[in-house]
Amino acid sequence: MYKLSKTRVIIIIAICLVGIFFAVPNIVSNKDALPSWWQPINLGLDLQGGSNLLLEVKMDEVIKERMASIEDSARQILRENRIRYKNLSVGDDAVKVRIENFNARNKAAGLFRNIDTGIEVVENDDGSLEIKYSDIELNKLKLRVVDQSIEIVRRRIDELGTKEPVIQSQGTNRIVVQLPGLQNPEYVKTLLGKTAKMAFHLVDSSTTVSDARRGKLSNNSKLVHGSMGETYVIHRKPVVSGENLVDAQPSFQEGSAVVSFKFNSLGGKKFGEATRDNVGENLAIVLDNEVISAPRITTPIMGGSGIITGNFTVKSANDLALLLRSGALPAPLEVLEERTVGAGLGADSIKQGVIASIIGLIAVVVFIVAAYGLFGVFTTITVFMNLFLMLGVLSLMGATLTLPGIAGIILTIGMAVDANVLIFERMREEVKAGRSTRDAADAGFTEAWTTIVDSNLTTLVAAFVLFYFGTGPVRGFAVTLAVGIATSMFTSVTVTRLIITAWLNKYKPTKLPI
Amino acid sequence: MIKIFKWVTKDTTIDFMKARKFTYALSLVLVILSVASITLKGLNYGIDFSGGILMELKSNNKIDVEELRKRLSNVNLDEMNLQSIGEAGDEVVLRAQAKNLDEKQQMAVINQIKTELAGEYEYRRIELVGPQVGGELKKAGVIASLIAVLAISAYIWFRFEWQFAVGALIGLFHDLIVTVGLLSLLGFDFSLTTVAAILTLAGYSVNDTVVTYDRIRENLRKFKKMSQYDLLNKSINDIFSRTILTGLTTLFASLALLIWGGDTLRSFSFTIFWGVIVGTYSSIYVSAVFLNLFDLRSAQDEKVLNPFGNVE
Repeated sequence: MYKLSKTRVIIIIAICLVGIFFAVPNIVSNKDALPSWWQPINLGLDLQGGSNLLLEVKMDEVIKERMASIEDSARQILRENRIRYKNLSVGDDAVKVRIENFNARNKAAGLFRNIDTGIEVVENDDGSLEIKYSDIELNKLKLRVVDQSIEIVRRRIDELGTKEPVIQSQGTNRIVVQLPGLQNPEYVKTLLGKTAKMAFHLVDSSTTVSDARRGKLSNNSKLVHGSMGETYVIHRKPVVSGENLVDAQPSFQEGSAVVSFKFNSLGGKKFGEATRDNVGENLAIVLDNEVISAPRITTPIMGGSGIITGNFTVKSANDLALLLRSGALPAPLEVLEERTVGAGLGADSIKQGVIASIIGLIAVVVFIVAAYGLFGVFTTITVFMNLFLMLGVLSLMGATLTLPGIAGIILTIGMAVDANVLIFERMREEVKAGRSTRDAADAGFTEAWTTIVDSNLTTLVAAFVLFYFGTGPVRGFAVTLAVGIATSMFTSVTVTRLIITAWLNKYKPTKLPI
Repeated sequence: MIKIFKWVTKDTTIDFMKARKFTYALSLVLVILSVASITLKGLNYGIDFSGGILMELKSNNKIDVEELRKRLSNVNLDEMNLQSIGEAGDEVVLRAQAKNLDEKQQMAVINQIKTELAGEYEYRRIELVGPQVGGELKKAGVIASLIAVLAISAYIWFRFEWQFAVGALIGLFHDLIVTVGLLSLLGFDFSLTTVAAILTLAGYSVNDTVVTYDRIRENLRKFKKMSQYDLLNKSINDIFSRTILTGLTTLFASLALLIWGGDTLRSFSFTIFWGVIVGTYSSIYVSAVFLNLFDLRSAQDEKVLNPFGNVE
């Protein structure tokens, strides 16, 4: 006897209602009025417009910097302990040094290990030592650098007031930045393209630039260029660095744009002492190895705040203040990939997607009704139910709908009919084989089920692979395809069955209209 | 009378097998032509894979592509492809595979173009894929395709006797080669979304084959005395109305995409559209007909060895 238990009927109807409930926000125009758990599907950047940047954290630079400081420490250790050494040099990821004396070498190796946590000292066959970070420490370092970078990127982008930016790491040394609604990412790229490492260095007044060029430069000083192409000799060791800044704001002094800054107490103290002891000297303000300006210290600056003068425009003063406020990046960032879609194109894509969906839907429905008549109408109900469930599940999942994702929905509409076709064709065969109406209907469902599962599995496999390997839009497609397959399997079997059962019970037909 | 397509659901008694010699030859020719096109003409890789830049420009007026090309002639690019899109002729897609340019140089080129064109155009889309990412995406695309094909094969192997598995795989490769071949011949943009479409069609094609094979297996059990030739014919006929119905609904859906889905999805929609046709053809004329080369009855008897084969 062909009958569905009450519990099953209730469950099927309940699932459908829940699906419709969660699909509703997608047709509501004012989504801001809805609670956060009852929202429409997120639109991907290709549909709402926006910019997607893939950044690489230049880890090499960080490691190089670390190696340089290890070299400094190693040199100091060797000098302090009067160890004779040769060929102290920095490689890409290791510092090398030759120490001929066996005992001295062992002693040095022991001391080197204390330079920093996670340092490894390897002795080569030729008697040279290699100082480097262990792989574990190196990975930790990379993780830390990426985390810090993300934090700084977030601060800089938050300053711009972009709505709902997504900033996350990808792989070991990459950062994805998604900026919905942003049409022109040039400014963001400029901001992210600067590490913004700032420091105040005293100008070395005992060495002239021309002397320095001829190589008469002490180990404690270095040559740097200014933003206008000029050159300075400054002390290597900064008086105070940008890490001690707590605030920076654009401002005006005597009609020109300047940046005012404020130190924390430690920075303020150092800055005060340095300016007190060096009145009359010049203080170079160095940003990313370039001197912005080098004003003369006229009076000690004790309050922990001051201004940076320079050749600023209002905009560049603004930018510098922003960069200083948000802090320095631990490593330079480089744009590997950029995808920007204008809002106009996004809106057009949605329009085209919706039109294609509606036409596809109509074509499928008209055809299936023309082929099956009443059962085609039943299928139509199933198709719509599937559409609602699909939208409901995608909304509930917080999935992101992309343009290929819309294509996935349209395709699912076409492919989802397959299950119903398999069932109906099976029913027709069972009728032909002489079964009664109810038996045939029943057999249609049970016999077709394995085939339905089988045939959907292969597409599901493709969807999973795509999800795993795909990025952005392709992922959106994989998600809608997978969800669409799952919901269509549910609706085509349960909903169709529900309708046909109700129809059989009400009209008690003597033959199936297929 | 509403059922004007009722004929689709009629039982058929077509002698599919009769045409097999012709379709063997046809499939073979298609595969050879495809391989020739792929090797000789190659694929028109999108910037996803080749790395490079893509800009979509829109103007208030009709864009003269030649004039635009002249204006951009001093931009630092080896080759630049300008293509008018949309019906109004007010949109242009600029593509440049920047083989020898790194990310920074590519960015400089984009800025150069923007400066040259100043504010006359709306930039509807700007994409930049560095050579490194392009290489990685290519690798990911290849790996994804291989894994999908392997996973589908494993599934078929698990479900069917080896003759069926071989038949399904030959059908799958036939579809993949012929589709990629056509994309190559017509010069369609080969990008990540194209790969997505190809894998979807792989799923669809195997799906069709599985349905056919299910029926062949069932009939092998039911009709012990029927000749293999008749049995294959009968099985294909049994499910032919389903093949056509499902094929047509999916075809309608993909046709709607192809016509109204916009330029961004053009190569994706085309791949699916073509895939439905070739997938339907191959499930009958490659995968099913191919089984005639084996003695399926004895294969069926051996099947006791397969613990999953006898599930009803």
